[in-house]
Amino acid sequence: MSTSNNEQGAAKRLLDWVDARFPLTKMINEHAAQYYAPKNFNFWYLFGVLSLVVLVIQLLTGIFLTMNYKPSAADAFASVEYIMRDVQWGWLIRYIHSTGASAFFIVVYLHMFRALLYGSFKPPRELLWIFGMLIYLVLMGEAFMGYLLPWGQMSYWGAQVITSLFGAIPVIGDSLVEWIRGDFYISDITLNRFFALHVIALPLVLIFLVVAHILALHEVGSNNPDGVEIKNTKGPDGIPLDGIAFHPYYSVKDTVGLAVFLMLFCAVVFFAPEMGGYFLEHANFEPANAMKTPEHIAPVWYFTPFYAILRAVPDKLGGVILMGAAIIVLFLLPWLDRSPVRSIRYRGWLYKLPLGLFTAAFVMLGYLGMQAPTPTYTNLARLGTVIYFAFFLLLPWLSKVDKTKPVPERVTYHA
Amino acid sequence: MLKRFLLVLLLSTPLVGVASSGGGHLEKANVDVSNTASLQRGARNFMNYCSGCHSAQYVRFNRLGADLGLSEAQLQDNLMFAAERPFDTIQVAMPAVDAKRWFGQPPPDLSLIARSRGADWLFGFLTSFYQDDTRATGMNNLLLPGASMPHVLWELQGIQRAVYRIENDAAGNEHEVFDRFEHTTAGSMSTEEYKEFVRDIVTFLEYISEPVKLERIQLGIWVMFFLLVFFLFAYALKKEYWKDVH
Repeated sequence: MSTSNNEQGAAKRLLDWVDARFPLTKMINEHAAQYYAPKNFNFWYLFGVLSLVVLVIQLLTGIFLTMNYKPSAADAFASVEYIMRDVQWGWLIRYIHSTGASAFFIVVYLHMFRALLYGSFKPPRELLWIFGMLIYLVLMGEAFMGYLLPWGQMSYWGAQVITSLFGAIPVIGDSLVEWIRGDFYISDITLNRFFALHVIALPLVLIFLVVAHILALHEVGSNNPDGVEIKNTKGPDGIPLDGIAFHPYYSVKDTVGLAVFLMLFCAVVFFAPEMGGYFLEHANFEPANAMKTPEHIAPVWYFTPFYAILRAVPDKLGGVILMGAAIIVLFLLPWLDRSPVRSIRYRGWLYKLPLGLFTAAFVMLGYLGMQAPTPTYTNLARLGTVIYFAFFLLLPWLSKVDKTKPVPERVTYHA
Repeated sequence: MLKRFLLVLLLSTPLVGVASSGGGHLEKANVDVSNTASLQRGARNFMNYCSGCHSAQYVRFNRLGADLGLSEAQLQDNLMFAAERPFDTIQVAMPAVDAKRWFGQPPPDLSLIARSRGADWLFGFLTSFYQDDTRATGMNNLLLPGASMPHVLWELQGIQRAVYRIENDAAGNEHEVFDRFEHTTAGSMSTEEYKEFVRDIVTFLEYISEPVKLERIQLGIWVMFFLLVFFLFAYALKKEYWKDVH
């Protein structure tokens, strides 16, 4: 660095002073300026960064919402309307937060799908995948508890239904439900504890897990659309030949993706904050009423695939077990997939077809979970459930017999 | 929907709290919250015909005045019958205990009714009261069967009765299906005038359910414009940096 002018010299001296006491430059280098990522990232590789951005959006807007929200059964609904009408820019903060909740799941689902496409969960990235799954699990808890806070009809009855699921567990079920709610039904006490968990406990766990996820990623290095391990082909300087520094190359590229994402995000916030009743449900504009069960209770869209699986089983306990299994089985993916090839680009039809069916089944289950059950829908949900589990159960065998194509030594990249 | 409607009719339940899921053939309300004249008329109609029983407890008069282009004096003279101060909200004078005794349940607060029910439903609701002598109020509603709300606007709309026709379903069973309304007593307004009157109310309800809507959309256009410019610069920057990558 040149020290030709004094100001730069002062900045350099300050940095040296800090570096002697804290590994600032070392950390920036390790995680950005000298973190070498494959140069062939495509569209699918945006969603990791975008999840991080949405997390920050949710944390910041959440702090400001907390300043005006009142976590009590008597005041919660009114305090949200107070935020919407009387707090300066309160409506904007609230819409950003409510849109952010759905956006979080959209980017996380796409991020997870990317892992399925390019085998990003395969060795040596198993722990990275596990951390990611834990993030997803905590995120579901965070969203579920947050959804109770506006204290609308759907908040209330959604929480009532989901917490009652624990009652299906033999012997301890009823006591467990009571312990979770802190009461015999969803009440002021439940609202208070969900608020505590939503604004402090789960966000802390989430941040911790995100840090672990990124550290694990930077330890093993990023996968890429070719599934080629770039660390296997290094130049004389020890830098992977197909790697480029995350900063500035991906920081500027991700900024472009971020701009596009923000356009979509803001289009929802400013022009369709309810998103046709999918992001903010119509029934939730009615205050919670313990005496009045809504005709049709459905969770928000991001839970509906699992809700459809739950309802597909005639037995309540069986449904709960299957719903839990649907999430747990995702954790096992690194050990279920035995293909020597990571990327879908070099895998055969015995992976491409099941993955396509699995994705279609997941989307179909998501749709069915939003609808009131009819005999036809229930049968479709059963079909979807079978496909969902068949994908995982057949994977060990299919991935072994699948005909793969030869994987190149180097990544494919066209400037 | 009709099956439930007939059931309710039969049992004459004092009250049905849940919304009918149907309607199916709702007429579009065609409300436009940027139409200030319609909003002003709607506010007048609301305060004259609705606010006796329904509160809008999140709506402040001074916000209303600012958004609808009304001065404080105009608010005081035309809209604020019970309220004293401009920053008061639209409250109802009827005690909740009495309301519950008289109607079976207190009339709901209307601040957010347009967001939970939708403008089209409200428009349909206010236009589809019909004579039904089995009901305590002498009136029933096609969209909310067993509604405990009397037809407050009957003097304007007049009284109509529901005409049914017989239809066979796929299994060959006969069903009574709602066909049309028939006026039995004329009101002080023509059908079109009454629809306009209701449309103004629904426009007002739509506005109070989200007073910031117009401001939100206007700001959104600027935000999108900024993001577009930001995107162009970001894209140019990316192009410049990625020249080195081969």
